[in-house]
Amino acid sequence: MAIQTPSFELGSPLVQPTAASASRGYWQSVARRLRRDPVTLICAGTLILIVAASLAAPWLGLADPYKTSMIRRLLPLGSPNYLLGTDELGRDMLARLIYGGRLSLFMGVTPVVCALLIGGLLGITAGFLGGRVNMLIMRVMDVFYAFPSVLLAISLSGAMGAGTENTLLSLTLVFIPPVCRVSESVTTQVRGFDFVDAARASGAGTLTIVRVHVLGNVLGPILVYATSLISVAIILAAGLSFLGLGVKPPEPEWGLMLNTLRQAIYVNPVLAALPGVMIFITSICFNLMSDGLRAAMDVKA
Amino acid sequence: MDTMIPVDRGGPAQPLLLATGLRKHFPVGGGILGRGRKVVRAVDDLTLSVAKGETLGVVGESGCGKSTVARLLIRLIKPDRGTMVLDGDPVDEPHGITVNELRRQVQMVFQDSYASLNPRLTIGETLAFAPKAHGLPAAEARERVRDLLSKVGLDPNNYAERYPHELSGGQRQRVNIARALALRPRLVILDEAVSALDKSVEAQVLNMLVDLKSELGLTYVFISHDLNVVQYLSDRVLVMYLGKIVELGPVEAIYGNPQHPYTRALLSARPSMDPRKRTKEAPIQGDPPNPIDPPSGCRFRTRCPFAEDVCARAEPALSDTGHQSVACHMSIAGSGHSKAVRGGAAAA
Amino acid sequence: MLLYALRRLIYLVPVAFGVSLLVFGLVHLAPGDPISAIVPPDAPKEVIDKLKEYYGFDKPLPVQYFRWLAVTLTGDFGTSIGTGRSVASEVSSAFGNTIILAIAATTLAFTLAVILGTAAAYAKSRIVDRLVTLISLIGVSVPHFWLAIVLVIIFAVEWGVLPPMGMGPENSTGWRLDRAHLAHMVLPTIALSVIPLGVVTRTVRSTIKETLSMEFVTALQAKGLSDRQILFHVLKNAAPTCLAVMGLQAGNLIGGSILIETVFAWPGTGFLLNSAIFRRDLPILQGTTLVLAGFFMLLNLTVDVIQTMVDPRIKRG
Repeated sequence: MAIQTPSFELGSPLVQPTAASASRGYWQSVARRLRRDPVTLICAGTLILIVAASLAAPWLGLADPYKTSMIRRLLPLGSPNYLLGTDELGRDMLARLIYGGRLSLFMGVTPVVCALLIGGLLGITAGFLGGRVNMLIMRVMDVFYAFPSVLLAISLSGAMGAGTENTLLSLTLVFIPPVCRVSESVTTQVRGFDFVDAARASGAGTLTIVRVHVLGNVLGPILVYATSLISVAIILAAGLSFLGLGVKPPEPEWGLMLNTLRQAIYVNPVLAALPGVMIFITSICFNLMSDGLRAAMDVKA
Repeated sequence: MDTMIPVDRGGPAQPLLLATGLRKHFPVGGGILGRGRKVVRAVDDLTLSVAKGETLGVVGESGCGKSTVARLLIRLIKPDRGTMVLDGDPVDEPHGITVNELRRQVQMVFQDSYASLNPRLTIGETLAFAPKAHGLPAAEARERVRDLLSKVGLDPNNYAERYPHELSGGQRQRVNIARALALRPRLVILDEAVSALDKSVEAQVLNMLVDLKSELGLTYVFISHDLNVVQYLSDRVLVMYLGKIVELGPVEAIYGNPQHPYTRALLSARPSMDPRKRTKEAPIQGDPPNPIDPPSGCRFRTRCPFAEDVCARAEPALSDTGHQSVACHMSIAGSGHSKAVRGGAAAA
Repeated sequence: MLLYALRRLIYLVPVAFGVSLLVFGLVHLAPGDPISAIVPPDAPKEVIDKLKEYYGFDKPLPVQYFRWLAVTLTGDFGTSIGTGRSVASEVSSAFGNTIILAIAATTLAFTLAVILGTAAAYAKSRIVDRLVTLISLIGVSVPHFWLAIVLVIIFAVEWGVLPPMGMGPENSTGWRLDRAHLAHMVLPTIALSVIPLGVVTRTVRSTIKETLSMEFVTALQAKGLSDRQILFHVLKNAAPTCLAVMGLQAGNLIGGSILIETVFAWPGTGFLLNSAIFRRDLPILQGTTLVLAGFFMLLNLTVDVIQTMVDPRIKRG
């Protein structure tokens, strides 16, 4: 399957010499390269649109996403007043899809952000300190790695019970180990460079060295890796809701909508597939954006 | 920190740096559950002293432990055993100075000019890092950066805001040298500092090093595999083989009258511009033995044309031959080697 | 080599210990006191007593853990609350069904991935390369449980050519090699194979491209080897990386099958796990998780050892 945490190819965190004439910082040249990448720009635009629409949903003049109607159930796409039809309880699909972006995106992004903070901290610590600290942290991560990520998420959520908080918690736990592993490996690599030795030889404290010499070189690759996890997290979060383990009805959420609309596949199949289209679009955009970011940051390319 | 500018404490006769019995063994791999661990004997019971104002050259094949010595002297790695004394003050001992104080007076230039500069920082930021870490205010640190850049022959207005990837290899190595000088050290360890440069650039940087030394009153430990460069720069030369000193002495003695078979082999392997002096056959055969399991007795005996039984049995001590110190049974009177000097001849 | 495998196996012990701790902890993650979490309110008294004895909830936690571990290590995973059958027998029959599906899906995915990836790496035309890149992008981005529904809509609902759910006719739970059972496998296999297809295609393409740009390929061409002979050398060099990714994907596929089995009501471990969660059948949840994690660990170990065998550069001894 699938929802695996993507494999990570470590690009060199170091800029290779290029024939730049004007003096330009690393992030400036990354931004310049991104501006010239139409695919990444389109994906970023699409994502901004989805996020903005879901945030601004109450002010878009949409129908009430919770209002049910027994007589207007499963209206097809293009019905008058119901552009995208209605769901199995007669609720407006357009409103629910747009409102659904709120929870679906939140459930996908939040665990990655939390995992980025915790896993990144653990990984950088393990990578920089090495030795026994590294051993301890990475062996604990190995335990989590002994589970396929979907299994871990489902088992944890299943034991804790359905609900938004529990889902966020179990997804965070699932994403800490991969973030930690990547952070550890980039940090170990950076620590091996002579400039870190030179900084140590200058008598600077560990925290100063990490702040000035390590963070700037590892944050980029770690962030790129984290953006590639968001797509996985959104699918996984939707999957949990689809199984009934995540968001509880009647909240609009793409995975949950996909689940409740399954009974409609014989009546109105296109409608039943709609929420998945949203998940698909979002996930594809995050993936392409992550690729673009990686390419822009790998100066060798 | 300027109040911290180190002063000559022990007088000219006191060695600037004295290292005694330094040893570093690196564990490699390991059997099941870490039993039967093997070690690389990178540096084994090495004793050396660096006099004030001199340049001590360190030569040897790659893998002989030269870089480990450099990192031990500045304590980037902790020795398993051995003591260090900086101008009379023991390092990292109750009544001595701390490792941090050692590093303020001893600095190092690394071989890889690219990997030793943080690609995310401008040259100015890199140079200001150490002074700032030691509490120099930003304005003074900026001034120090300008001063350092002009010292190494780079225009401060042009280079302070640049990033490492915009510089050539020679310029980067100048920056590395400037960084090593940022804390105004007394001893600079140059670990293959010019080896990666083009020959013409190498010459410029070497001349600059010579100038800086007299201008700032520096002492150098110059580590290189290039015998010509070492001869040009050094006052004394130390020859290493598999983590051990095989010969140590003034540059004239080592180059003019090498005693150890290994030193002789190294020197005769030098390419010569004079066709009449070109060597016909390879003076040393094969590669150095594995440092994980070095030969018993004299470590060079497996490649030495004069090896005899005694060389496998006993390790030759570093002994004084008058002009230089040599670790070879042939230079030790009564060692049992058939070519050993006659009694008393060593002192002659 | 044998020594290396042995070392890896020994190394697995502390990991397995951690895994068992985590699985044991699942019961205590459940809200409320553990016994009420496991036992439905209408459970007969003897079931409650049996469970209490099995878990030993009155004892301190470490004692509970070691009791549970000791019993589990003998192969006794407890009794299902829902069916009253032993967890071991429930899980083992479901596990077989999951493996059948997994083998079919990995075979499909890996075969296609190697063909597509190699074609894209060799393709002279940009269109082929772009197309394959697009396929792999879709593979890694598509919510596969949604794809499963779409497949059902197209092939079962609209065209009516393939069965929408189940493993065989009349709620069959024992797989047999016949037309009906094979027909039931088609859609779940496709749905399950998209993600490994996407990931492995991507890996094969980039690894082969990288290998092709190496100097030894130019040397082989200069020696006058035919393209076919060179392809052999290229594949040999690309194999270790691709194998590692395939191994990981095969393992993750087991996890992904939970969602697919639920959509298709395929009587495997995923389906079992999902229904156990809704019956709050914690012994089944624990047993299934433990078996799947154990399988995943052994799979990773195997891949690791195979990789060491095929890659002469890795010397771990």
